[in-house]
Amino acid sequence: MADFTFWIVVGLTLGSAFMVVQSKNLLYSAYALLFSFMGVTGLYVFLWADFIAVVQVVVYVGGILILIIFGIMLTNKITSVNISHTSVQKGIGTLAVLGIATLLAYMVFSTPWIELANVEQEETTASIGRLLMMDYLLPFEAASLLLLGALIGATTLSRKED
Amino acid sequence: MTVDLLIDWLNTIGDFPVLAFILAVVISGIPLFLVMALNAMVAVYVERKVSAFMMDRIGPMGQGPGLHAGKWGLLQTVADAVKLLVKEDTVPESSDKVLFKMAPFIIFIGAFMGLAAVPFSQTLQVVDFNVGVFYIIAVGSIGVIGIVMAGWASNNKWSLYGAMRSAAQIISYEIPAGLSIIIPIMMAGTMNLQELIHFQSGSVWGILPNWIIFNNPFSFIAFFIFFISAIAETNRTPFDIPEAESELVAGWMTEYSGFRWAIFFLSEYANMLIVSGLAVAGFLGGWQSPIPGLFDSGAWGLFWFMGKVASLIFIMMWFRWTFPRLRVDQLMHVCWKVFIPIAMLNIFGVGIWKLIFG
Repeated sequence: MADFTFWIVVGLTLGSAFMVVQSKNLLYSAYALLFSFMGVTGLYVFLWADFIAVVQVVVYVGGILILIIFGIMLTNKITSVNISHTSVQKGIGTLAVLGIATLLAYMVFSTPWIELANVEQEETTASIGRLLMMDYLLPFEAASLLLLGALIGATTLSRKED
Repeated sequence: MTVDLLIDWLNTIGDFPVLAFILAVVISGIPLFLVMALNAMVAVYVERKVSAFMMDRIGPMGQGPGLHAGKWGLLQTVADAVKLLVKEDTVPESSDKVLFKMAPFIIFIGAFMGLAAVPFSQTLQVVDFNVGVFYIIAVGSIGVIGIVMAGWASNNKWSLYGAMRSAAQIISYEIPAGLSIIIPIMMAGTMNLQELIHFQSGSVWGILPNWIIFNNPFSFIAFFIFFISAIAETNRTPFDIPEAESELVAGWMTEYSGFRWAIFFLSEYANMLIVSGLAVAGFLGGWQSPIPGLFDSGAWGLFWFMGKVASLIFIMMWFRWTFPRLRVDQLMHVCWKVFIPIAMLNIFGVGIWKLIFG
């Protein structure tokens, strides 16, 4: 059962990611990204990362994707933009792709993966909270300070001076 | 009765894991769809009648069981549904056809996924998982994508404006709603909806049920912030500028007709059910009886839960016919300058309250 759904989720993720790259319409790419994000959420569920899975939906679907779509919609004459799909430097490109693919394949097959059988599912939310508030408090606070800075910066830039 | 239990049970019958999985999902999905449809049918009828009584009219009286005239227009929504199903399904010539046809389904999926985690009673819940509260908030954002998609694909100024307003409003009000629903999570120390409801059993101060809303002054305020933000998230009056009839015709739904429009309608009423359900589970004791210990078992859970949800939905309808619509700037003012500061103070207050008293 798990295998069956796993491959559906993988197909959804990769298929829609391919759509994102291939689509000639920028908006279609953005919407294909929705399904890709949902697929990644599914992958997180398979890794038993329940909290991260929901965060993925909130942050990527509810935040970043809407931002992208807004960006596309607010751009003037976006439909007349011609997205080019012609490739340049095919030779070097193929070489680079093949090189990276071989490297990744070598990595995947040579790593001694630890296979865990019948592990009890654990709730991650409480431990994530404890770690964030105790062990990683400083990076957490630094990240929030950075975000606050970005927020204030964005407000200042977008505000019209009167 | 969760999906997991169903899968386990089906696996005891025969050894077809894939088939058992599909069957379990279908078996638990169909009642959810029926709940959605029934909820919309009843809510539309009640909405018509409530609005009529509030305006000193009698509302629909024509359709109903019986030979002529019928009883109080009881079958009005059935007639409405039949009308919607047989209506011509129009797709505008200049619209983006793929997105136009896909948008209703995205919105529907968002509502349907949210409904899967609503705890209707002690046992009636399709999926009972440990991040339930967060999950319901998260899948709410899928609907926004659908709304923006519908607005853009219609290729119509009203639709686009409606979609933009709707998205801006929903994203803004998600923040106070989220900050307020943190308070039950802080009090109970869990995001699992069933555990959250179990936390609210018993009584407080002798008479009141031990619901989170009565637990401390901060959670009392938080409930109202959450409920008002929830109304804004469902795009209902007084927060209905996305589909303000007098300026935008019907907002992002302008170009839709027939069955696609019916799907929007279903999802909208399902969203009302979901946010009310979340408010009930988080603040009003879920399926617990209002008088602790009385009628507190078995099927009464479903009765209390649906009763509380129905009361909240009635209050939403009451609001609709009582308050005038907010302007865009007033809407944003209320959200960012009133609700969010109060919600943050609430979190601070509950933290201190928990340190001192609990």
